[in-house]
Amino acid sequence: MGMTFAEKALARSAGMKEANSGEIVIARPDITLSHDNSAAIIGLFHKMGGESLFDSQRTVIVLDHASPAPTTQHAENHRQIREFVHEHEIEHFYDVGRGICHQVLVEEGLALPGELVLGADSHTLHAGVMGAFGTGIGRSEMASVWALGELWLRVPESIKIELYGHLRPGVTTKDLALHVIGQLGADGALYQSVEWHGEALHSISIDQRSTLPNMMAEAGAKNSIVIPDEVTLQYLKNRAKRSFEPLLPDPDCGYAQVLRIETDRVEPMLACPHTVDNVKPLSAVRGTQIQQAFLGTCTNGRLEDLAAAAAVLDGRKLAPGVRMIVIPASSTVYLQALQAGILETFVTAGALIQSPGCGPCMGNHLGIPAVGEITISTANRNFRGRMGTKESEIYLASPQVVAASALAGEICDPAEFLS
Amino acid sequence: MSTDLISGRVWKYGDDINTDVIFPGKYTYTVSDPRLMPQHALEDLDPSFASQVEPGDVIVAGRNFGCGSSREQAVTCLKESGVGAILAVSFARIYYRNCLNAALPALISSEAYAVLDKGDRVSIDLESGSLQYEDGQISFKPIPASVRMIFDAGGLIEYTRSRLSAEGA
Ligand code: SF4
Repeated sequence: MGMTFAEKALARSAGMKEANSGEIVIARPDITLSHDNSAAIIGLFHKMGGESLFDSQRTVIVLDHASPAPTTQHAENHRQIREFVHEHEIEHFYDVGRGICHQVLVEEGLALPGELVLGADSHTLHAGVMGAFGTGIGRSEMASVWALGELWLRVPESIKIELYGHLRPGVTTKDLALHVIGQLGADGALYQSVEWHGEALHSISIDQRSTLPNMMAEAGAKNSIVIPDEVTLQYLKNRAKRSFEPLLPDPDCGYAQVLRIETDRVEPMLACPHTVDNVKPLSAVRGTQIQQAFLGTCTNGRLEDLAAAAAVLDGRKLAPGVRMIVIPASSTVYLQALQAGILETFVTAGALIQSPGCGPCMGNHLGIPAVGEITISTANRNFRGRMGTKESEIYLASPQVVAASALAGEICDPAEFLS
Repeated sequence: MSTDLISGRVWKYGDDINTDVIFPGKYTYTVSDPRLMPQHALEDLDPSFASQVEPGDVIVAGRNFGCGSSREQAVTCLKESGVGAILAVSFARIYYRNCLNAALPALISSEAYAVLDKGDRVSIDLESGSLQYEDGQISFKPIPASVRMIFDAGGLIEYTRSRLSAEGA
C-alpha cells in the first residue's frame, strides 16, 4: 500500500524511506515558527542550558499577538525577543506590524511544499496551504527543538476530503470549512492529517484556500494540506526562499475516512457560541443582534477577504451602534488594500482600520467586547472568553456575512446588499 | 533507571475523560507542589483512586482521554501518583504530547479497552510493545528507543538538558 502525505512528509523529516501511521519518529523541522510567546520559550531554552540555536536560518519569529505592544509587560517581552534575535543573528525576524505569523510565513516563501514546519501555535496547520506539514507544539517542546533541532512526532492517520463542483457565488471557503467541521465535530479529526483534494480546488485562489488548513485545528487535526498544484507553484515562483520538492500522497494510500463534498451544495454557515462545531446555516441565525463586527485574523484577513467585505459595504454606512474593526493580516495585504481603494471604502462606511496583527482575536487588545455584547467575526475560534470577555458571545462567519451584518446591525445575508 | 517494564493493576474509565476530572480546575492555582497533586487525582471521577492507587498501576480508558484544557497538572498528578502507563483508545492531542514529554507512557490500544477490566494485573514491555494479562497478551506500537530515552531522563526538559551538557562536555 502507498503512503499518505503525512507518512511521506514525516519519513522525509526523519531521514527515513518510509513511515507508517501510528509510528513515532524523530523529526527535524525545516522551519520553526514562534511569535510573542518566544519570550517564554527563550526562558525555557536558557533553563534547559541552551546556548546556541540548532539553525538560526530556520528559526522564524514574528511579533503579532500583541502588536504594537498594548502594555509595558508586552513591550518588555518584545524587547527581550529583539535582543535574543540580535544575539543569535536570526534573519527571519518580523517585527510588529509585518503581520500574523502564519500569513507572513507564506508570503515570505518560508512555508514550502513537502517541508516540516513546527510552530508554537495551534494554527500552524496553516502552512499546509503550501503543501507543507505544519503542526503546533508546546513551548517547552519549542525550546527543546531550538536547542536540539529535533522532536518526536507520532505519524497521524489521514482523512481525505474530495471537493467537487464549484462554490456558489457568495459562498466561501470559510463556509466550506465550517460545513466540514460541522460534519466532523470538534474531535472528528483528532490527531489526524486532513488532506484537501479535488478539481474544485484548482479554481480557488491561495487567499481563499488558506482558510481550509487553518480551520482544521478546530476539528482536532494535527496537520492539514491542500494538495499542491499549478496555483501553488505559481504563487511560490520568485517567492520560495529555498528549492523544494512537493510530496503528494500515493493514489493507493490508506485513509481512515474519505469525505466527498459537492461544493455547489454548501451554503453560508456560521459557528455559533461557544464552540466552533456548533455550526448552523445563515438562514437559521439571521436577525441575531450584534454590537461588533471583526474582519481579520489568519483565517480571513487577506486581500480577497477585505475586497469581498468592501464590495458589500460599498457606498453604505454601518448600522448605528455597531463598531466594525478591520485588521489586514499583513503589511502586504494592508498596502494592496490601500492601493486598491478598499481601505477608503471601509473608512467611508465608518469602520476602523488597525495595524496588521492578531488584534482582538484572542482578547489582547483593539476591540475587546463588553459584557453581554455579541461579536460577529471572521476568526477561527469562538470559545467562551476568547476575545477577552467571558460574558459575551462570538459568531464566526465569512467576510461577506460579517460586512452585511455590520450594515444591518444583525446577522444578515450579504445578498441583500449585492443585488 | 529504565522505565521499560511496568506492572500493576488496571483502573478502568470510559470515553472523553477530560482534564477537569483528572485534575480539577479549582486546584490549578492553589496546588502547585507536584507532590501534593496526587491527593486530587481523578477526584471528581473516582474518589477511591487517590487513596488506593499503587506504583505501577495503569489506567485503561476509551476515546479522547485527556480532552479539555492543556493544563500539565492533569499529567503530573497521575505521574506523581505512580501511574505506570495510560492505555486509551485515543488521546487528546496535547494530552498525549504532555504525557510523553513528562515521561508517562501513553499507549494507544482499542484492544486493551475491550479486554481489560478494573483490577486486572498486567505487565507492560514498552520496548517490544506488548502487554501481558491473566488471559493473554495484547500488542501495541512499541515506543521507539529515542522516546524511551526521554522517559529515562525523566522528561523532555531533563532530556534536553542532559543532551546539551553531554555535547558541551
Ligand atoms: S489571528 Fe488569531 S488564530 Fe490567528 S494566530 Fe493570531 S491569535 Fe491565533
